[in-house]
Amino acid sequence: MNKSNTYIFIYSTVLVVVVAALLALAATVLKPFQQKNLETAKKLEILHAVDKGWDAGSADNKNLYVDAQYNQYITRAFVFDPAGDTLPGRLAFEIDVSLEMKKDSTDRVYPVFLCTRDDGALNYIFPVQGKGLWGPIWGYVALGEDLNTITGAFFDHQGETPGLGAEINTRWFQKQFVNKKLFDEAGSFISVKVLKNNEPKLPDHSVDAISGGTITSKGVESTIAVSMKNYLPFIKKNKQ
Amino acid sequence: MSQLFSSRNLKLLTNPLNLENPITVQVLGICSALAVTVKMKPAFVMALSVIVVTAFSNLIISALRKSIPARIRIIVQLVVVAALVIMVDQLLKAFVYDVSKQLSVFVGLIITNCILMGRLEAFAMANKPWDSFVDGIGNGMGYGAILIVVSFLRELLGSGTVWDYPVMEKLGAFSAGYVNNGAMIMPPMAMILIGVIIWIQRSRNKNLIESK
Repeated sequence: MNKSNTYIFIYSTVLVVVVAALLALAATVLKPFQQKNLETAKKLEILHAVDKGWDAGSADNKNLYVDAQYNQYITRAFVFDPAGDTLPGRLAFEIDVSLEMKKDSTDRVYPVFLCTRDDGALNYIFPVQGKGLWGPIWGYVALGEDLNTITGAFFDHQGETPGLGAEINTRWFQKQFVNKKLFDEAGSFISVKVLKNNEPKLPDHSVDAISGGTITSKGVESTIAVSMKNYLPFIKKNKQ
Repeated sequence: MSQLFSSRNLKLLTNPLNLENPITVQVLGICSALAVTVKMKPAFVMALSVIVVTAFSNLIISALRKSIPARIRIIVQLVVVAALVIMVDQLLKAFVYDVSKQLSVFVGLIITNCILMGRLEAFAMANKPWDSFVDGIGNGMGYGAILIVVSFLRELLGSGTVWDYPVMEKLGAFSAGYVNNGAMIMPPMAMILIGVIIWIQRSRNKNLIESK
């Protein structure tokens, strides 16, 4: 049917305004739920670094369960600057590490989360951020009280190849990092290498790479090395 | 009630499941069918989302069909579809966050799903709202049925699970030397599976085979 131009203008204007109003309403009403989900997801990632919260999916109320676990294990959190000095009055949980990494290295602030394990041991959980083959990879690395031995690690990714690079978010890959060390006996920073089978292993400083996922594996390696290097001043100051 | 479910309407509902299946016969909506069928759970949510969007976009467009100016009808259809898709995406993010994370961009890409525009142009613009609503559900289900079949096979053979339940492990297949087929996780295998489904369907329904 052919309508006049005026009709078409009025029709499209009304349509767009109505749709925009509906979408704005939906976005406003649903926002609290969505933000709670994001918060829960972040808390879970932090908990995963100390091998907790894996059963959250089967909990009756996931958000409540994760909150409870988080409050139980993550006993303290604080923010520190590139020189390794803590900044009082800032909420570590609110820091978006991917945004911080875009700033100049002197302007950044870093969060650290302190976890008290079931046996009373204190763990420091640091965020790590880097890139894989197709997009960002990120995660959390937990260090023991000596700020040297890795007690747990968690990695996730945006779009690594399923079955290959994407394996970095599986537990078998992450568990390899437990008991690896960041520093050698002389105290110099070595980080943890992700090595293929034909490369000579470093007992305290290497884990197995993923076959078919070389670039992602190397991405994990540099993610840890680059991020941890940023935390070296903090680590040196707090090392016992 | 009898009018609401007349034999014509039942046909609208059941035809897309087989003889007029949007994926295997009309070959529409293939892209997302390849992308979201690695596991059953996201495939199911994707199917459900598409059913909701096709049904309601058909309903709305059909109700508006007499007032829509012909010259801007495609844009009007797009606006309605886009609004519904954003709504579904927001709901998923609010209430099934994990699934929405797995589906990532593919919920948003429902907007470009050819099945939607196809049904709106071919059916909703010329039929009554209720008929169009039923047609939308039928086509969404036809799409969903293929997704479920493909994702069942891919999850079982690729990850050894069904709906995240470790079937192969419980059967003791791994200790007997069985290994998951990694290729099943990759999109090309979905392509091959859909091809096999089309092959089976055509060999059972000879009238689907085009004459040379």
